[in-house]
Amino acid sequence: MSGITHHTPDSMLAAYAAGTLPHPFAIVVAAHISMCATCRASLEAHQAVGGLVLEDTQCTALTDGLKSATLAMLDDVVIPDPVFEADGIFPGPLVQALKGRAPQWKKLGMGVRQDIIQADRSGSVRLLYIPPGQAVPDHGHNGLELTLVLQGSFHDETGTFGVGDLEVADETLDHTPIAGGDIPCICLAATDAPLRFHALIPRLLQPLFRI
Amino acid sequence: MPRNRGMLTQELNISRRTSRRHEGFTLSERHIVSKEEQGLSQETQWMIAVRDKRDKAAFAALFDHFAPRLKGFVMRTGTSAAQAEEVVQDVMLTVWRRAETFDPHRAQVSAWIYQITRNRQIDVMRKENRPVPEALKEEPGLEPDAGQIMAVEQEAGLLRKALSTLNCDQRAIIEKAYLGELTHQEISTQTGLPLGTIKSRIRLGLERLRHELKDLSR
Repeated sequence: MSGITHHTPDSMLAAYAAGTLPHPFAIVVAAHISMCATCRASLEAHQAVGGLVLEDTQCTALTDGLKSATLAMLDDVVIPDPVFEADGIFPGPLVQALKGRAPQWKKLGMGVRQDIIQADRSGSVRLLYIPPGQAVPDHGHNGLELTLVLQGSFHDETGTFGVGDLEVADETLDHTPIAGGDIPCICLAATDAPLRFHALIPRLLQPLFRI
Repeated sequence: MPRNRGMLTQELNISRRTSRRHEGFTLSERHIVSKEEQGLSQETQWMIAVRDKRDKAAFAALFDHFAPRLKGFVMRTGTSAAQAEEVVQDVMLTVWRRAETFDPHRAQVSAWIYQITRNRQIDVMRKENRPVPEALKEEPGLEPDAGQIMAVEQEAGLLRKALSTLNCDQRAIIEKAYLGELTHQEISTQTGLPLGTIKSRIRLGLERLRHELKDLSR
């Protein structure tokens, strides 16, 4: 997609290649890379560095028979892992995270809806649906939040985010995202900590909705 | 730019680049290496033979080259020798079974195997498949382009040179980052200087590739 102006930070692409990005972030970054040729190229450059580290690793002797055992398995019939392709506005890694199911929207109030895809100790990842022109209650962050726009757009104090754009928000950003005016904004959002909502009611609901 | 998975031994368009000559290399009697292919590294030639011809001799050669390195690589992340060999076997079998996803226009063999290895290590730890980007869709009818494949290999060579100029501490940080021992915050705070060197290298490499792609599409 050519109109993308907000990209995955390079340190996150390196961490994604190395596999150290927390799982919720890895889902969002893999989804962004699926939509963004620039970040795909950067990721592949990181893979090249990783490949050189691998090539320069000292050889360690293998157990006798490992090679012959491996060669003997080449003709085994194996069921290939499923390949997840994009489905409409949902990139492949999101389809994978949803395990093929359709979104199950839960109302959050003011027309905002969400579908929590995964939530565990490493953080959470969810889909957000925001009606045109609607503000998401202003929220700060205990940790880091990545938001990838899949449909429509939103804007906040830091700029405007369209389809394919990735916003990276940390503790220092206290923002009020507002959906653009034409169609509902659908985003994939991941955090490594619970969000803090400022308005009283959402804060009371926070444990209930795990947001 | 995606390209067709044709065999490199077929007609190639390398008019814009003179191929680097290596010693002639023959994998097996069945695998006749074309003049153009001789400019490519052995690993790339082996991998293309595995992908396009399901050549087991070429796979055995790849195994001999990569498996001992892979074992060392996996053990550096604190895995026991026995477990490391399981990972090595899984990775090498994936190299065979997923060979069609290897695209030498975009990656040198070690880069492709590096990502397979890290993915495998994460899958084993999390007991579920880690999210991976969608594969690029191939446009039908595009011929393989040895010039670009060689450009990718040359870029890897330049990257290697850039890495070799780092001092020991910088080199150690890079290795830790790509072995998966640093968080993304640590990568952004600790690796400032060496990553900067590598980033400029990467950027130049990508610019060059982009210009070559532009030339080709004219």
